[in-house]
Amino acid sequence: MSTQGTPPVAQDVPDEPDVDLTQTPTKDPQAKANMAGLAIGVVGMALTAWLAINLFLALAFYPQWFFHNKFLIGAIGAIAGVGAAYVLFYFLNKFIDSLPRRLSNGVIPYAFVLPGLGFIALVLIYPTVQTVNYSFANRDSTAYVGLDNYREIFASNEFWQSLLNNALWLLIVPAVTVILGVAVAVLADRLSATGEKVSKSFIFLPMAISFVGASAIWNLVYDWRPADQGQTGLLNAIWTGLGGTPQVWLQIDTARLNSILMMVILIWLQVGFAMILLSGAIKAVPEDTLEAARIDGANERQVFFKVVLPQIKGTIITVFITVLILVLKIFDIVFVLTNGRNTSNVIANLFYNELFARGEGGTASAIVVVLLVLVLPVLWYQVKTFREEQGQ
Amino acid sequence: MSTTTSERTQAAPKARRNPKLMADGRRRSWFAIITMTVLAVLWTIPTIGLLITSFRPREDVAASGWWTMLNPFAGDKGLTLDNYRGVFEGASMGSAFINSIAIAVPATIIPIMFAAFAAYAFTFMNFPLKDLLFIVIVAVMVVPIQVAFVPMLNVLGPNGLGISGQFAAVWLLHTGFGMPLCIYVLRNYMNTLPVSVVESAKIDGCSHYQTFWKLVAPMAMPAMAAYATLQFLWVWNDLLIASLFLSPDNQTVIVRLAQLLGTQGQGQELLTAGAFVSMILPMLVFFGLQRFFVRGLTSGAVKG
Repeated sequence: MSTQGTPPVAQDVPDEPDVDLTQTPTKDPQAKANMAGLAIGVVGMALTAWLAINLFLALAFYPQWFFHNKFLIGAIGAIAGVGAAYVLFYFLNKFIDSLPRRLSNGVIPYAFVLPGLGFIALVLIYPTVQTVNYSFANRDSTAYVGLDNYREIFASNEFWQSLLNNALWLLIVPAVTVILGVAVAVLADRLSATGEKVSKSFIFLPMAISFVGASAIWNLVYDWRPADQGQTGLLNAIWTGLGGTPQVWLQIDTARLNSILMMVILIWLQVGFAMILLSGAIKAVPEDTLEAARIDGANERQVFFKVVLPQIKGTIITVFITVLILVLKIFDIVFVLTNGRNTSNVIANLFYNELFARGEGGTASAIVVVLLVLVLPVLWYQVKTFREEQGQ
Repeated sequence: MSTTTSERTQAAPKARRNPKLMADGRRRSWFAIITMTVLAVLWTIPTIGLLITSFRPREDVAASGWWTMLNPFAGDKGLTLDNYRGVFEGASMGSAFINSIAIAVPATIIPIMFAAFAAYAFTFMNFPLKDLLFIVIVAVMVVPIQVAFVPMLNVLGPNGLGISGQFAAVWLLHTGFGMPLCIYVLRNYMNTLPVSVVESAKIDGCSHYQTFWKLVAPMAMPAMAAYATLQFLWVWNDLLIASLFLSPDNQTVIVRLAQLLGTQGQGQELLTAGAFVSMILPMLVFFGLQRFFVRGLTSGAVKG
């Protein structure tokens, strides 16, 4: 173990006298490597990692050791995960502290950053590369088939229908969510403090509800019964009350009505999130800019469009992009309510069925690659704005 | 209260008397009050419908809408707990509920621990490749998680680690998927902390490790709580990862609920109660941590 620590020490030896002479000659006990500390650090890290990995494998392979008790397994998972991270960073710090000072200053940032980045590399970056790779392979990724998967999906009518539906979702949901979010934030701002708090709570309550739970809720709204029975769905009750005949709403694909009805669910879920961020931005607009505009004779409409809106533009874009990314991957609602029937399919649901129901790893990968390509402009924009912000 | 200062302070008592003004002296906007009330009611009706339906007997649910319960002159007014009993006994919702907790708690805490160290380094340290590495994180936040499924099914499946189907697989995936946003949110928040505090700690001889634990981690608590809320909701409410990477024994509440939604007819009366059971815990967490959530998100966490 300690042999790993020796080469850097040897490299640093020639430089050390300079450092000691020019800077604090008496202090700095750590100009040289502390061999014992290095050994403890390395052994400690290795042991912690080994123990943690084995514990997690044991949790997975031998649930009987934990009496098949899910609470116990979950608690051990949480404690072991956080504990292992704590101890790992402790030994890592020990190791780096024991390195010669100049080396340790260079290494410590990477020691802090790399464990987190390791997870990202394992779960996101490696799979992205591998998915692109698999998209040129057959259904169980055992042989390459060239562009066959892409030819297959591009020839499929279902794929283009899904793409069109995704485009509709993208056009409608982020825009409507942002507009409603701004409207609600502005109106809530005009209420008394209590009124604002209460009304906001009602609107962001759905944020805590899962897509599946929301589908269950709205399934009840869109419910259908034959005309001779009492309607149990709210929408049909209103519709028949107005003189219409009961409709199976989620099967109507005229003007993509079923897709639009499912978009309503997502908007219902997301307006609360948009409202929180936008409300924060609106409250951060300096009062004197509003006063100045009012003194100049601007009416409330002009104050909003000319003064408030430009100042919350950044937040509007953030919310828009967040919802946009969410919509691009929209899956749960469609999967649960229609599973793509009646031309309501979307890319993510198509992928799921290709992979899970049909076991076609190759075409599923090709579909994801298409999704990835669709995301690229957003990715480029995100990176660009980030760099501009950093440049300031 | 002296008479000389009362001229200014009188504004408040006066406002209470004047119905056109609110307590803080702003004009009361009836348009805002009415619109927000209507919106709040509209936003809540679907959930109320589910809640009422979940307490109605099966025959009533099939015969009439939930709103008949609101009509004081309607005949059938039976309320029952049978649906909830059925959910916990028949639909194995009880064990699914425990599974959900066992999955969500570790998958919420573990990523924050790792991300906090990374965020500290990105905020308070300078090192080669720093900008490039952070740009990778910004870019990866946008990548759809679907890219991970085919390769990760291989890595975690029987030909790889063999832990697919178990909690550990899902903990690992959620930790990785949550990591980019967590690092991003925490770094943005740490950016708003005064650099002088960290620098003075350095002068006092604190190592980065000590500075992190003693100063930065406690100060970044609001952002961590905000992210914890988000990650908990995300993990608890997830359908995709849970249905691909968990064996039937380990299924979560959401997967069970999706299955109930898929089966038309049989077990329909359990659906509403099951849906409500699946929503209780995330709502408690959400409203419990709401204070942090709003503050963490609006103060620097997500900057436009």
